[in-house]
Amino acid sequence: MSAVASHTLLHVNGHLVRVKAGSSVAAALCVATGAGVARISVTGEARAPFCGMGVCQECRVWIDGRRRLACQTVSAEGMRVETTE
Amino acid sequence: MDADVIVIGAGIVGAACAQALAQAGRRVLVLDARLGGATGAGMGHLVVMDDNPAELALSRHSIAQWHAWVPRMSEDCAFSGCGTLWIAANAQEMAEAERKQQRLREHGIAAHLLDALALSRAEPALRKGLAGALEVPGDAILYAPNAARWLLAQGGASIRVEHAKVEAIEDDGVLTLADGRRRTAPQVVLANGIQATALCPELPIRPKKGHLLITDRYPGTVHHQLVELGYVSSAHHSDGDSVAFNAQPRPTGQLLVGSSRQFGTTDPAVEAPMLARMLQRALDYLPGLADLNAVRSWTGLRAASPDGLPLLGQHPWREKLWLAVGHEGLGVTTAPGSARLLAALMTGAAPEFDAAPYAPRGLQEVVP
Repeated sequence: MSAVASHTLLHVNGHLVRVKAGSSVAAALCVATGAGVARISVTGEARAPFCGMGVCQECRVWIDGRRRLACQTVSAEGMRVETTE
Repeated sequence: MDADVIVIGAGIVGAACAQALAQAGRRVLVLDARLGGATGAGMGHLVVMDDNPAELALSRHSIAQWHAWVPRMSEDCAFSGCGTLWIAANAQEMAEAERKQQRLREHGIAAHLLDALALSRAEPALRKGLAGALEVPGDAILYAPNAARWLLAQGGASIRVEHAKVEAIEDDGVLTLADGRRRTAPQVVLANGIQATALCPELPIRPKKGHLLITDRYPGTVHHQLVELGYVSSAHHSDGDSVAFNAQPRPTGQLLVGSSRQFGTTDPAVEAPMLARMLQRALDYLPGLADLNAVRSWTGLRAASPDGLPLLGQHPWREKLWLAVGHEGLGVTTAPGSARLLAALMTGAAPEFDAAPYAPRGLQEVVP
């Protein structure tokens, strides 16, 4: 019988983060940084997930080398997430 | 009298007209309905166009004026002297690039030919196998909504801006506002782009819908405004729907991607099939675009005249009314030249170049 993993381990800015399986990368950002900062705006302000449904574009991060929306991406084992500037 | 001149529309053309008239000593009242128009929807590309001598004269004089303003312009106008690369896909288009270079040089506009190797060095993100490009280093980009605000601010106390929708232009030139109030001045300038036909149905202005898309920030991906040379020679000259490759590096590192043209619709909705066609065209030139994250897409309406030139001058029969309409997709480029020409005509000064090609034409009186 194969057990479904209850948790996922991924990297956020190089730090290992453990989230419940099925969590979004936006949730992983919160676990990693508290405030869940995803990026720094053109005017230098910290930005975090806002709408949570892929519309506001505030949670753009690098995921395994591609720019993605953290709220629309499910955390996966070994995933590498980098917040953006 | 509410002012010496009333300008209807605070987009880039209205703002430039107000600035030019204020500079000529006029007290200007600008009425804007805040509907938003091509100024906010477009790319803000300052580009010398040479489809015909009149277009060349207007864009050349205008870009010279933009460059003269740059040292004083506010930071948020986001001016960037990135130049344009007119991309030639094949030998035929390269020959056109050479002819274009000749035409520009005859008017003292710097333009350099890039062969295939030089082009791939200048813009490594472009696909291999392109024939070359014509670089026009004097072309530039800016953020037009802020440039319009900056122009209005240049008038100081001579320019007053009022949020008001003009409902009608009466026979005696008096303006009736949506709330029933009235405004009047010895001269009125109509510069409200695509909205112009609501007040003057006789104007030969048609909407040309366009789509744009902007990506997330990827600094250093593209360095010049990139436009396919086919933009001029084929795609957009038909009456049907068309797309052409046009990509702009925003100072933020974002890529602004166009372009599409559609007649016969004023629906502002983004149309997936048209957007897909436009992006497919862009992918033909920038294959790496497929891996970039798009942030937003939107549409706008260009106010197109039948011959592509704006209408600048006195309305043939309406009292007090002057026209600065029909700038199509080139209004940000040609606003300064249009404004100076019109201000000269309105104040009895000598225009810097021949005003005849832009004289109001093609108006058809609508019989009720």
